[in-house]
Amino acid sequence: MGSEVVEKSGGKASFDVGAAAELVEGLRGAFAAGRTRSYHWRQSQLQGLLKMTEEHEQEIADSLRADLSKPEFESFVYEAAMLKNSCRLALKELKRWMVPEKAKTSVTTFPSSAEILSEPLGVVLIISAWNYPYYLSLDPVVGAIAAGNAVVLKPSEVAPATSSLLAKLVGEYLDATCIRVVEGAVPETSALLEQKWDKIFYTGNGRVGRIIMAAAAKHLTPVVLELGGKSPAVVDSDTDLKVSCRRIIVGKWGCNNGQACVSPDYIITTKDYAPKLVDAFKHELEKFYGKNPLGSKDLSRIVNSNHFSRLSKLLDDDKVSGKVVHGGQRDESELRIEPTILLDVPRDSLIMEEEIFGPLLPILTVTKIEESFDIINSGTKPLAAYLFTNDKKLKEKFVTCVMAGGMVVNDTTVHLAVPTVPFGGVGESGMGAYHGKFSFDAFSHKKAVVYRSFMGDAALRYPPYTSLKLRLMRALITGRLFTILGAIFGLSSD
Amino acid sequence: MEDLEGELGAMREYHDGGNTRDASWRRAQLRGLLLLLLENQAEIFSALQQDLGKHPAEAYRDEIGSAVKSINYALHHLKGWMSNKKAKLPAVALLTTAAIIPEPLGLVLIISSWNFPIGLSIESLIGVISAGNSVVLKPSELAPTCSSFLARKMPLYLDTKAVRVIEGGPAIGEQLLLQRWDKIFFTGSTRVGRIVMTAAAKHLTPVTLELGGKCPAIVDTLSSSWDKKAAVERILGAKFSACAGQACIGIDYILVEQKFCSALVELMRVNLKTMFGENPKQSRSIARIVNRHHFQRLKSLLDDPKIRGSVVHGGFMDEDDLFIEPTILVDPPLESAIMEDEIFGPLLPIITLNKIEDSIRFLKSRPKPLSIYAFTKDESLQRRILSETSSGSVVFNDALIQVRS
Repeated sequence: MGSEVVEKSGGKASFDVGAAAELVEGLRGAFAAGRTRSYHWRQSQLQGLLKMTEEHEQEIADSLRADLSKPEFESFVYEAAMLKNSCRLALKELKRWMVPEKAKTSVTTFPSSAEILSEPLGVVLIISAWNYPYYLSLDPVVGAIAAGNAVVLKPSEVAPATSSLLAKLVGEYLDATCIRVVEGAVPETSALLEQKWDKIFYTGNGRVGRIIMAAAAKHLTPVVLELGGKSPAVVDSDTDLKVSCRRIIVGKWGCNNGQACVSPDYIITTKDYAPKLVDAFKHELEKFYGKNPLGSKDLSRIVNSNHFSRLSKLLDDDKVSGKVVHGGQRDESELRIEPTILLDVPRDSLIMEEEIFGPLLPILTVTKIEESFDIINSGTKPLAAYLFTNDKKLKEKFVTCVMAGGMVVNDTTVHLAVPTVPFGGVGESGMGAYHGKFSFDAFSHKKAVVYRSFMGDAALRYPPYTSLKLRLMRALITGRLFTILGAIFGLSSD
Repeated sequence: MEDLEGELGAMREYHDGGNTRDASWRRAQLRGLLLLLLENQAEIFSALQQDLGKHPAEAYRDEIGSAVKSINYALHHLKGWMSNKKAKLPAVALLTTAAIIPEPLGLVLIISSWNFPIGLSIESLIGVISAGNSVVLKPSELAPTCSSFLARKMPLYLDTKAVRVIEGGPAIGEQLLLQRWDKIFFTGSTRVGRIVMTAAAKHLTPVTLELGGKCPAIVDTLSSSWDKKAAVERILGAKFSACAGQACIGIDYILVEQKFCSALVELMRVNLKTMFGENPKQSRSIARIVNRHHFQRLKSLLDDPKIRGSVVHGGFMDEDDLFIEPTILVDPPLESAIMEDEIFGPLLPIITLNKIEDSIRFLKSRPKPLSIYAFTKDESLQRRILSETSSGSVVFNDALIQVRS
């Protein structure tokens, strides 16, 4: 069986620490036997993932609709297509990625040659998120497989239909001796976290990220934490207003209705420009979602009642009363909140304290657009930061002064689709990165290998140490021929 | 330790003001480190002699010389390291460009070790400063003269608003670990490594942990006498002449075929005499054990009569001088402490095997070491070692050299 499903009989979960230990032992055995090392195995698993996605696209869309009311368009484009691209890229590049990298050596170690060998870490744990439950579960798996590891995937229980689908499909399409899915919630995750892994890859929030890193520390397990933050979008008055608005809308409400780690969380623009911006948003939002966005099939719902309450609280905060300039309507029974814009919210309001992760878009205003950089830097480092402007100098200043995991100028979120740049956070938004070759590297150990011959031995390396040897060593290390000669002939100042 | 938070707050403010970003600042700090080393060699030699009994040649090779080389390498490559790297985009992405831009993390904590107290502190600083960060260095209190040297001298050569030394032991270490850092770089034991990472987790601080392990040297049966001599010299050099075996990448133990063992031991005896003379205690070429605690730890490794019985060379220890002579053991029991814990001292167990290929299975059943050394010309054995074992690094036909490449 390729998956362990939690059986809650009489309230007792059956996947406990003992089961987790057994699972890891089995996978270690398979890894030690070398099952995951060959190019052929890695290629077959990647092909399996690709085939699995191609052959079940509708089922995937259906489970995403059940879990998130995700529009089919988003399921096909952001989940299935992105995953397929990731598999295809890995299949295309895998041979090249697996080749050792030659490294230069210096005269001090002449004659020698050196290389950096990528080797699998071993048995890795991937804990995934609920918002893009198909793509975010399997994209790290692509990297882990490409690098030759055995894998346990724990999908999010907050997206149960997709979790269950993953367990079923992985069991059918992939090598169950090396790749497994464990479903469950906190107890099962805790049981997994007690084990010794060679790497843990987590996508989620900072609170749980800390728990995971602390658990990993007990075994000195390295981690990748893909977290979040308040990703700002700065809108300059010198910009193409219509295009900027559309792109922000797509990045915000077009991405799981704002429930995406890289959605623009809030906007900063100038006081003068804000009214124009709000008008443009209203206009474009109506074109995108019609006059009754609450009922629009093109918007995901809020994932569950916990998050619905959380977002409602943000809107009910006294500090933002009267600040809603567009939207605000909610439907608790359907877990829907319409695209909502707030203008000039106070910096200490609830909505500006934590990552919103929903369809609420506050706009902060400043006198001069450059002030936005200080505002952003005064908070914790976000996963992404966006700037809309034609002003070259402003772009340069933004890129050098604002600290964030990744940045896009004149668009939002698209950097996820560029496999040649690393995707990851910094500070509170995370550590480590992936996508493209960065995924392969994230799950590899880069082993340094130095080849020496027995020729070319220098007695000056060995005791007994004499002052001549010291002089020669100095000369060799500083590497200048004159100094070397000087040392040999006793001409140094030492 | 009065106002650690205030001090760090001021450092952060200075860093956030962009003062450490420019290449010119970074170069100035790197040159400062260079001058610190070059202008204070005598004092450095004396401090290392005092803390560890290191001979100046060893001190130069392993601490000053290697650091000088690394600083020059950094100065030479800094511009390239700092530059933005263009990222390729698919052809369909018209009018789009992408780049990967290196940026400093912020305020970094370096916790350094006692065995290469100057060299390793400086090596860590080079990377941190080249990347444009501000930094607090906590040198090891177990090498107090070196720690005090760094604390006194660094302010004279580097920008004190961005580069500070804070001295102290575990209590100071604990306080430092409570603070929020943008990165922690730690060199030391696995036990403390866990403590550091656990503390870092509270702030989601990424860490680099340079730890240790039992680095084995696989010694194949060599036929040419030239090869045998070179191999033995390199093994003995790596074990005994780098801080008397107290090095994370030092050779911890040897794996050799039963039939080659006595020849190997004999060659080692001869070469030990060349390197350290008839009376190694008089030789100034061997470092001392860092302190009483580690001396006792090493002494107790030989306490068991079964272990004592496996000693074939050496064994002499002088507590007053913290001196242990180069000692070789053959086939101590595998469950003994000397074969389970990292030795970190001048005791060299040799484990014999039926076939040299058995070394691979032997290694696979043990934790991954920082480095594996293999003295062999057999290419298929080399390939098997590379693909079937896992370690931080692998060196063929030498040892320690990977940090000098």
